[in-house]
Amino acid sequence: MSELKRGGAAIVGAAESDIGQVGPGFNVIDLMAQGITRALDDCGLALKDVDGLISACTQSRTSPLNLAEYLGMSPRYIDGTIVGGSSFMFHIQHAMAALQLGLCEVAVIAYGSTQRSIGRQNASVREINPYETPYRPFLPSTAYALAASRHMHEFGTTREQMAEVAVAARQWALKNPVAWEKNPLTVEEVLKARMVSYPFTVRDICLVTDGGGAIVLTRPERAKSLKKKPVYVLGQGQCITHANISSMPDLTVTGARESGRQAYAMAGLVAKDIDILELYDAFTINTILFLEDLGFCKKGEGGAFVGGGRIAPGGSLPVNTNGGGLSYCHPGMYGLFLLIEAVRQLRGECGERQVEGAETAIAHGNGGVLSSQSTVILGTEVTL
Amino acid sequence: MAESPLAVYQGYLDRGQLAYQWDKAAGRAVFYPRVVSPFSGGTDLEWRVASGLGTVYATTVTYPFKGDGHNIVLVDCDEGFRMMGRVEEIDPLAVKIGLRVKFRVHPAEGEQPAYPVFTPLNPAGEG
Repeated sequence: MSELKRGGAAIVGAAESDIGQVGPGFNVIDLMAQGITRALDDCGLALKDVDGLISACTQSRTSPLNLAEYLGMSPRYIDGTIVGGSSFMFHIQHAMAALQLGLCEVAVIAYGSTQRSIGRQNASVREINPYETPYRPFLPSTAYALAASRHMHEFGTTREQMAEVAVAARQWALKNPVAWEKNPLTVEEVLKARMVSYPFTVRDICLVTDGGGAIVLTRPERAKSLKKKPVYVLGQGQCITHANISSMPDLTVTGARESGRQAYAMAGLVAKDIDILELYDAFTINTILFLEDLGFCKKGEGGAFVGGGRIAPGGSLPVNTNGGGLSYCHPGMYGLFLLIEAVRQLRGECGERQVEGAETAIAHGNGGVLSSQSTVILGTEVTL
Repeated sequence: MAESPLAVYQGYLDRGQLAYQWDKAAGRAVFYPRVVSPFSGGTDLEWRVASGLGTVYATTVTYPFKGDGHNIVLVDCDEGFRMMGRVEEIDPLAVKIGLRVKFRVHPAEGEQPAYPVFTPLNPAGEG
């Protein structure tokens, strides 16, 4: 059995499309195309160089088809795997495999969403589940709230500790010029905000924005000749544990434990080797769960771990340096933005929020209701 | 024409019973009902009627934009399967993890078929 090679692919281009609230009439393929154009400009490649096309979104059932038509392409390699917001981390595996096998030379991974403009219920149509729908869960919030209830019960995690996650994210967002949220936030404000699904107020829950983007990958030999410093894929792992929250085996342990184990093994690294963390923070409990499951603290200690500004700007562990899904942008499938931010941090492009000397990063994606987890470890040239 | 797992399950509910499947090969309860067991891959699934007793595993209260919040729980049923539910006859926020509960049928209303809900096993709502 052959395996993916550590450093066998590099991310050479990364860009957001317009984000936040996009202009009237933009559709998801427009945003994907905008992201791809900007990401190609970022690395000095052109559309004619792209022969691997990968995309996922909720508003176009066959987005790779629509995107290829729109761009006038007939790519050699196509993928449209969709397993929720972590899909793009799964795509990294597929792109790496395709590059390694020679199925393509340059792969792009694209995403787009106009959920803020058209309404969340239109962007992501609810699926009926006869074993859950009668109880009127507000998904995904209800599912993550159930997980939080279990974490609070087993480990004594508090609402204040979860609020610390939102406050840290906001502090990072205030250093990011394109972040949606522009004002400071306190723990008290999180706790007193409108209750959505106990223990979560609206401030424990990600934004609802438009947005899209793209990243460009190629093999390391070619990456070296392009415009920007290549960011190498050192490790990747993935794990699916369930689809519906009523089928999650243990609500306090996610598939991140397994996806992280795989990614660390491939990268030959451990948690303490990682300089920055971009974790899929659709809800405040997520950051706590993933810090535990990826080995940055013990199971059950995540609540205490995020206190005291540890993960905020100036803290000892930089987490969600763009402001996260909680305060920067969350168009529904947020994973691609974690990869974009990790790339920018490792290139040293992040201005006021730049983490000095960052050489390794984790971009950890989550999909569904804690259902699909995928961990990508990235590094600069010195980590090869 | 074969009867679907959902149709069989619904039939039990309509008779006031909470049914689940038993995978003999794996010796484990299967829920939600399906045509193949996720534990053994086998299709020899036996229908059984649950005692209706269980323990709250996780709980939340979800608030619509307008109106009161409603309880949503995951219940670990005594036969070894977990399901979503709602605990009634108690303040939604008073539902605690570990609460012992008993199944009853919420009758069909309009398009919504009958479905299982729970009440505290001890009417005082304790343990």
